[in-house]
Amino acid sequence: MCGIAGLFLKNPALEPRLGVLMANMLTVLTERGPDSAGFAIYGEAIPGQVKFTVRVDAEFNVQSLVAGLGTAVSRHDDHVVVSVSIEQEAEVRAFLDKHPALTVVSAGRRMTLFKGVGQPEEVSTRFGLSAMSGTHGIGHTRMATESAVTTEAAHPFSTGADQCLVHNGSLSNHNDVRRGLIREGIKFATQNDTEVAAGYLSCKLREGARLDEALTSALDDLDGFYNFVVGTESGFGVLRDPISCKPAVMAETEDYVAFASEYRALVGLPGIEVARLFEPEPAKVYFWERAA
Amino acid sequence: MSAVLQTSVESTAFFNLSGFSVRELNATLQTLPADTNQTAWTILNPQGSHAIAVGITAQVAITIDGHAGYYCAGMNDGAVITINGNVGTGVAENMMSGLVHVKGDASQSAGASAHGGLLIIEGNASARCGISMKGVDIVVKGNVGHMGAFMAQSGNLVVCGDAGEALGDSLYEARIFVKGTVASLGADCEKKEMLEEDKLILAELLKRAGITDSLESFTRYGSARALYHFHVDNLGAY
Repeated sequence: MCGIAGLFLKNPALEPRLGVLMANMLTVLTERGPDSAGFAIYGEAIPGQVKFTVRVDAEFNVQSLVAGLGTAVSRHDDHVVVSVSIEQEAEVRAFLDKHPALTVVSAGRRMTLFKGVGQPEEVSTRFGLSAMSGTHGIGHTRMATESAVTTEAAHPFSTGADQCLVHNGSLSNHNDVRRGLIREGIKFATQNDTEVAAGYLSCKLREGARLDEALTSALDDLDGFYNFVVGTESGFGVLRDPISCKPAVMAETEDYVAFASEYRALVGLPGIEVARLFEPEPAKVYFWERAA
Repeated sequence: MSAVLQTSVESTAFFNLSGFSVRELNATLQTLPADTNQTAWTILNPQGSHAIAVGITAQVAITIDGHAGYYCAGMNDGAVITINGNVGTGVAENMMSGLVHVKGDASQSAGASAHGGLLIIEGNASARCGISMKGVDIVVKGNVGHMGAFMAQSGNLVVCGDAGEALGDSLYEARIFVKGTVASLGADCEKKEMLEEDKLILAELLKRAGITDSLESFTRYGSARALYHFHVDNLGAY
């Protein structure tokens, strides 16, 4: 099982509603993934700054983080978003990484990423998804098969700046691929198969591949069942394995491109009645990118 | 039943799924007596719900006005079910008799394991259309995805567009007619000569589906029957 919701907006007028639309999609997908949920939102970039999304332990005093960094943070339940100047990035990263009560969930100019254990509606509410705006978002509702029900194993996974991935399926060669990626310097936080796919794409992108090229090579290197939806700072991609057992439906209008595991999750989108509906084909890379 | 009858226009009963559950709908339709006078039903606001109009045994006409989710019209036994939209996985799975008519596209495993009746898909069907079909007739006016008629045992699959890879893989029996191109044939599926009896079957199905294409524009495929019994030379194909 597992449910995927992805929304890539073409019409800027819809951007303030991105969070509301995503929250509705995730709630519908509860039946496909009731144990945990998460989402990445690509919001506005602040010139010269980078955003860290950081998960904090329950006992941790966020004010001490503000004092330690000398910068404001925005709090979303047990996650905080820290914006710092690009010059400070390495120093702040080092500070966050060594702090035992903090886990860096994502970093990037535009992406913030939240995930947790619980029913999707509860998770969305906890983090205040409905109030978030942005150009595109990717969400996931999880029914665990490959590893335990934990916050760490919830999706999306991010292993590179402004890059994230969600997955419906299971990979069969993830241990082997993980070993190779570790040798390439990619770091992993879990034993989860999906994190390997995210790390794989990040590795390819780091080597200079475009997202669509990285997805094409994934067809050769990743074995198993998968529907992937991936996000980058300006793009949104979809890939299904050649067998394509996992369900997928897409809708495109002049205003947006949307992906969902089931059509039910698309019903609340504006203008869905006139959208072009299609099932993404097996082993075909779909990719949308915003004009710079 | 009066509680769920929203309005009646002429003799059609309307059932609005924005106000009632699929469970209530199916319980109503499944308990219709064989001689019911309420023979026309329209289901409003399906909104992609799963398992709409499954297990119907009365010979009634049901129109689903919009997109439906998984297993729509599954186990149909005698009803004429029309979907004014797309359907998800497994439309008309295990159909025994009757007609299921999809006006849009169908997702994977359309007509899976169906024993009888006719499934017409106006648009495309994706992967594994007619998987393990056991006697159903399926007419797809568009294309079918990979592994069409996978392990099919009996019945007829007509594809007016193109067929994806591994058509008829591990076919036991069943006739496959394709008008367009076939990306590749699966294990033990081969091109066959179109015999007179094939033409009669194809003509009848095209007529019932409202298709005027010539019989000669179709190619027939079927089982080579080489995998029926274990043979060590076929090890690679099993």
